[in-house]
Amino acid sequence: MSQGHGHGHDEHAPIRHDGHSSPLARRARALEALLTEKGVLTPADIRSAIDALVSRTPADGAKLVARAWVDPAFKARLLADPKAAAAELGIDLTSYARLGVVENTDKVHHVVVCTLCSCYPRMLLGPPPAWYKSLNYRARTVADPRGVMREFGLELPPKVEVRVLDSTADMRYLVLPRRPPGTEHVSEAELRSLVTRDSMIGVSNPQPERAHV
Amino acid sequence: MRFREGDRVRVRADDRAGHVRTPAYIRGKSGWVAAAHGEFRNPESLAYGDEGLPKQPLYLVGFRQTDVWPRYPGRPTDTLYVDVYEHWLSPEEGSA
Amino acid sequence: MTRVHDRGGWPGAGPIDRQEHQLADWELLADALVQSLASPHRGIIRIDELRRAIESLPSPDYESLSYYERWIAAVERLMIEKKIVTREEIDAKVATLGEECRE
Repeated sequence: MSQGHGHGHDEHAPIRHDGHSSPLARRARALEALLTEKGVLTPADIRSAIDALVSRTPADGAKLVARAWVDPAFKARLLADPKAAAAELGIDLTSYARLGVVENTDKVHHVVVCTLCSCYPRMLLGPPPAWYKSLNYRARTVADPRGVMREFGLELPPKVEVRVLDSTADMRYLVLPRRPPGTEHVSEAELRSLVTRDSMIGVSNPQPERAHV
Repeated sequence: MRFREGDRVRVRADDRAGHVRTPAYIRGKSGWVAAAHGEFRNPESLAYGDEGLPKQPLYLVGFRQTDVWPRYPGRPTDTLYVDVYEHWLSPEEGSA
Repeated sequence: MTRVHDRGGWPGAGPIDRQEHQLADWELLADALVQSLASPHRGIIRIDELRRAIESLPSPDYESLSYYERWIAAVERLMIEKKIVTREEIDAKVATLGEECRE
């Protein structure tokens, strides 16, 4: 993770995320070569795993959320059986871990973390952002969720119950965020674009579109 | 499944070595069963190449934040939910 | 006993670096190696074994390595443990690949 390494672009500073700077990056290449030479994995295995990784994006999660916002019956099905509801929209989650969907309301706000590693609903959001995997997010979200959300620009009223979900086991959790006020006449397709990745983790709320749009 | 939704439970305070999925910060804390997820292979044996059998029931356990963190900086009504395998839970004293 | 991976409530944790980070090619590769080895089709490692290997890293390594660096260190450990490759083979391959890069 990038914390502690500064944000500047000093050319003499170690570049942490460049392929040639980390000795572990070279060892990844070496492992790839050895495992394919020995026939443990095929290049096709690795290729299709990379394809699966990059083809999952928060767009799938946003699709579910926007439909739940416009269709109360779908929302009920999504909360009761997320995978079956996703299948209705053509999102196949059969090969993934168990999924729970939790709803944010004016009374309860959920935020998700994994303190032990970085369990994340990749099947609907793609790979987790760097901050989700950071030691500071993992340390602080369970002990001071309001402080963490404040850093993300979200100040919740005291009367709202903040519910932290530490997904440490076989379940993955997706937050169904609140529909922004003033979007009653916005189409489902447009609503999708309002659903942010961070709001489906629970560190922020979706914002209504700007007035000029 | 030994516990049902609403049961009061306490997380075992064990400090066992090896791979476990029960975070240290809830050990010894008391809460309630919020949901029963069903049975899953035991990660404590899967982690060493074994089959994870017998399967372990997994529960979503709720805690009051103020019971977990003595100096919790948020609101007293805030809560925390963690998935915990059954062998890490014992019935809370005084509960049915 | 404090375990380095068990971060909930870890004292002294500071502000969260919210900068977005595009995964580098080697990070995609690290992820793909794990997913391929752990796929039901191959079943060579289990995700819980990966977690156990990550948690077994020496504390200073756990804290200084990036997320996917930890994955690679753990995969290497598991592949050696399962006698699929040896450390010497990996070292030799790293040296060979290094030479190819300089050509």
